[in-house]
Amino acid sequence: MNATLPSDDAPLLVAEGLGKNYGTRIGCRDVSLEVFPGEVLAVVGESGSGKSTLLGLLSTELAASAGRVSYRMRDGALRDLAGLGPAERRLLMRTDWGFVRQNPADGLRMAVSAGGNVGERLMAVGWRHYGNIREEATDWLGRVEIAADRIDDDPRAFSGGMRQRLQIARNLVTKPRLVFMDEPTGGLDVSVQARLLDLIRSLVSEMGLAVVIVTHDLAVARLLSHRMVVMRHGRVIETGLTDQVLDDPREPYTQLLVSSVLAA
Amino acid sequence: MSGMPEISYNFAYLDEQTKRMIRRAILKAIAIPGYQVPFAAREMPMPYGWGTGGVQVTAAVLGPDDVLKVIDQGADDTTNAVAIRGFFEKTAGVATTTATTQASIIQTRHRIPETALAENQILVYQVPIPEPLRFLEPRETETRQLHALAEYGLMHVKLYEDIARHGHIATTYAYPVEVAGRYVMDPSPIPKFDNPKMDDCPALQLFGAGREKRIYAIPPYTTVRSLDFEDHPFKVQRFAKPCALCAATGVYLDEVILDDKGGRMFVCSDTDHCNTRQAQGHRGEMAAPAGEAA
Repeated sequence: MNATLPSDDAPLLVAEGLGKNYGTRIGCRDVSLEVFPGEVLAVVGESGSGKSTLLGLLSTELAASAGRVSYRMRDGALRDLAGLGPAERRLLMRTDWGFVRQNPADGLRMAVSAGGNVGERLMAVGWRHYGNIREEATDWLGRVEIAADRIDDDPRAFSGGMRQRLQIARNLVTKPRLVFMDEPTGGLDVSVQARLLDLIRSLVSEMGLAVVIVTHDLAVARLLSHRMVVMRHGRVIETGLTDQVLDDPREPYTQLLVSSVLAA
Repeated sequence: MSGMPEISYNFAYLDEQTKRMIRRAILKAIAIPGYQVPFAAREMPMPYGWGTGGVQVTAAVLGPDDVLKVIDQGADDTTNAVAIRGFFEKTAGVATTTATTQASIIQTRHRIPETALAENQILVYQVPIPEPLRFLEPRETETRQLHALAEYGLMHVKLYEDIARHGHIATTYAYPVEVAGRYVMDPSPIPKFDNPKMDDCPALQLFGAGREKRIYAIPPYTTVRSLDFEDHPFKVQRFAKPCALCAATGVYLDEVILDDKGGRMFVCSDTDHCNTRQAQGHRGEMAAPAGEAA
């Protein structure tokens, strides 16, 4: 999959020595990583290994106890995210970034129609023409395989897989460059999961998205990601190309993780 | 105060320190048009939802020479209007009126008078829910942040939902407005018919929410724009018939059911406006003939 990587070799997101303490307990510590444009990075590890904490730190939803996260803005300058004002950070989050959550109810407005959910980001960046918003929303529902006649239904009437696809459309409508995904396929049955992964994979390559995906499912990591980092006890214990880590794990813990999967 | 036969109140019920506190909030609200200023609302001798916010604002701006008018849904003779008018007659001894043109302070619930307001007048609104984003975003911390950063995309999501569900913007009251190009504000539950009257109004407009403890304001001659979409512009309600009593057109009408056989009439919701017109000899189709009017 390396052939799909863009030639631009400046990293999009850089984390240096990231750490987070919850009181005396450690969420994660001393994590350094880089995410390049168009690259899918999987963060794997068992429950409690600090995956979600790391995602929270990278997306600035959590304040880091140590270290820093920098992001390459559209003008090419690498900026420390902690130094952004709240207005700039929020603008970044609703235009250049996306966040797909495990539970769609956390990422969607459940009382607002599918079209309104997709259109929200457009309205937030100043779209004020109903017809255009609706057209764009219809187009995006089509791209995530939701029938156009469901545009006025609210997500409560959708199945789990549809909700997750709607959440993806809602995040991608402003054509972000970086998307965070927290277990996007968790809680879905296997066939729905497969279709969703297929959809994510084609959207990612089509749009040249950079993705940081947190998952405990090594099959998901293998299907989607170019590189992966393995976490344990809040630390990154192994990083590398996905095939390399999964087929030839170096660390004993990674070997255990890989061997405990039924047919990864 | 001993020896007095009746309970006596400080002028306009509230003590002077409280009035000062409210006036400070009002001054801040005027300085930042459309911004909701928190204030330490007091318990008033009436239930929440009956205008405790408006009453406190009125009490703070009322002087002995003021002439007070109180309207409820446009009418001077409904319960809430009669009660609040009586309250200030008793506690402040100020003159009251039902004529819009003679009032210096008008406390209102759900309407703006049809008669254009003047520079020497203050319009005080009773506000149940001051936060326009409340039903979209339940967290107060988040709505404050949205106001601070002027992130009002969410307000358009509400209007989008209206059009998606009803084919047009179906919000007919408490229609969100943008004040002085900055803050989005809930104009209290006035019909959207009244929204254009807030724009560039010569009178000072004050909004008081007692339960929610917020005061906000529109200074005189401030731009007030109702939110809309480019292809679904803001429109006010239109009525097919004129007022059945005074034949007025271009005013807000109330529907009155007359019997159980579908009989109904549409009359001015602004009773003062209707009475004035009838006194001038205007007669609607259901009005008593001239000379017989009570």
